[in-house]
Amino acid sequence: MNATELAAAVRSGERSAVEVVEEHLSRIDAREGELHAFNLVMADDARAAAAQIDAAVARGEDPGPLAGVPVALKDNMCTRGLPTTCSSKILDGWKPPYDATVVTRLRDAGAVFVGKTNLDEFAMGSSTENSAFGPTRNPHDPSRVPGGSSGGSAAAVAADFAALSLGSDTGGSIRQPAALCGVVGVKPTYGAVSRYGLIAFASSLDQIGPFATTVADAALALEVIWGHDPLDSTSIGSVPSAIESPLAVLDRGVEGLRVGIVDEITLAEGIAPEVRAAVEAAGLALESAGASVEHVSVPSAEYGLSAYYLIAPAEASSNLARYDGVRYGLRVDGETVEQMNAATRDCGFGAEVKRRIMLGTYALSTGYYDAYYGTAQRVRTLIIRDFERAYERFDVLLGATSPTVAFELGARTADPLAMYLSDVCTVPSNLSGDPAMSVPFGADAAGLPIGVQVLAPALQEATMFRVAAAIEAAKGSAS
Amino acid sequence: MSEPGARITRAEVTHVARLARLALTDDEADSLTRELGVILDNAARVSALDTAGVPPTAHPVPLVNVLRADVPKPCLDRDEVLSQAPAVEDGRFLVPRILGEEP
Repeated sequence: MNATELAAAVRSGERSAVEVVEEHLSRIDAREGELHAFNLVMADDARAAAAQIDAAVARGEDPGPLAGVPVALKDNMCTRGLPTTCSSKILDGWKPPYDATVVTRLRDAGAVFVGKTNLDEFAMGSSTENSAFGPTRNPHDPSRVPGGSSGGSAAAVAADFAALSLGSDTGGSIRQPAALCGVVGVKPTYGAVSRYGLIAFASSLDQIGPFATTVADAALALEVIWGHDPLDSTSIGSVPSAIESPLAVLDRGVEGLRVGIVDEITLAEGIAPEVRAAVEAAGLALESAGASVEHVSVPSAEYGLSAYYLIAPAEASSNLARYDGVRYGLRVDGETVEQMNAATRDCGFGAEVKRRIMLGTYALSTGYYDAYYGTAQRVRTLIIRDFERAYERFDVLLGATSPTVAFELGARTADPLAMYLSDVCTVPSNLSGDPAMSVPFGADAAGLPIGVQVLAPALQEATMFRVAAAIEAAKGSAS
Repeated sequence: MSEPGARITRAEVTHVARLARLALTDDEADSLTRELGVILDNAARVSALDTAGVPPTAHPVPLVNVLRADVPKPCLDRDEVLSQAPAVEDGRFLVPRILGEEP
């Protein structure tokens, strides 16, 4: 049963939330040892929360739109009194004194949390191999990565450990693992979902979004978590009151919509032929459903990855300055404060996090600031302008999510740049702030899932979901 | 124009590590010099675009200063916060001596 069906069954009293959560916990018992999707399984808390949902239903109350739905949270979202590690040794054992806003909203909607999921340390990576607690494996083929950085959240939904999960997407960290694990993954418009309690990586790019097995489930989850939050100063005041509900328009079809296939994220070098074929096939499916489909160029998107790998590390180097051994987490002793800070950080951070802190600190340092960070920010403006130009002619854009299907563990760990290239199709939407989502569409010859990416202008999630629903309905047969 | 992979020297890596408060080992400094050189070659592609006169974007949505009403409200519980710190004394965070200060 998917999340929509589970919530309906629990709300109507047809199924008990306790029974639903037990089913998911038993699947976790059976396969978690192999997959390692979780840093923490919250079995007892989940059973207690489910019992409360059942009690509410018995009293004739409505527990909410996610009544009894098992949900997994990426372990960079704060849960009061429960470990929140970012898969880093530097936060091992830390228990936040507050809940993230998304956690509160999900709980208030009746969701039952089953665990905190593994990620690349501080969400920096594309394979979930950069976790201090070991990698997560892809449920479709455990010799392969689930993608990243939200690999645990993607794997948890793909393995049906949870009906829904949340991830965070700074350069593709929801969409790319969704593609590799064969599930739906959504990066909403920047500012649509509160970042309060999301441990910051790159604040102008980070956005929380859902993983689900269906487009409708993803819309259901998004409408629970989004909306203005006074605790996040970048939260958009007009969400959701002034924008259309994706759930309300899912079955409206795509007749008359104008769809552009973006050359730079479909045809570029390094994008596998079967992935290109899936994007073209999705385009054809939309055409048969009544949309008009054409190719379009978003020229500066080609420079997105280079700009991203200056902007994101620059912001990260500033955000991660707070891990200094003073207020939380690990401390390695030193004679002076500065020695204590430097020893703590060298011991607590993994190799990729150090690499990005170094890259960002360098890009912001005297003498290099304008050449690197400044130029990247101007390129960001060009990318925004190119998307605006494309959206004058098209309602939504289409492209690949990941250049390839899931790769073998270890295949890209020795070459940081090869790993960074995993994000080439997804970073442009983070730089522009626009929404984008990945929908499973077809598989390669070995049966590994392929994801197609749907992109839309800011706050046009409703149109994006309509197109995603049409792609889902066309049932990918691209292989 | 630098040699491929040679945009950053080992001395610069050591300097940046100091700025970033990272006590790198010699091995880490060696491999970072090599890796950052390759990554910066790719990043430097941004200079291929003509960005003269283009304003920088720091943030994807237009931001105005956001102020809340000036009304007191509860904040995090001090004891709960301090319970998560590595060292505390008298309701405050405890740190080693500041550089140059007499013990």
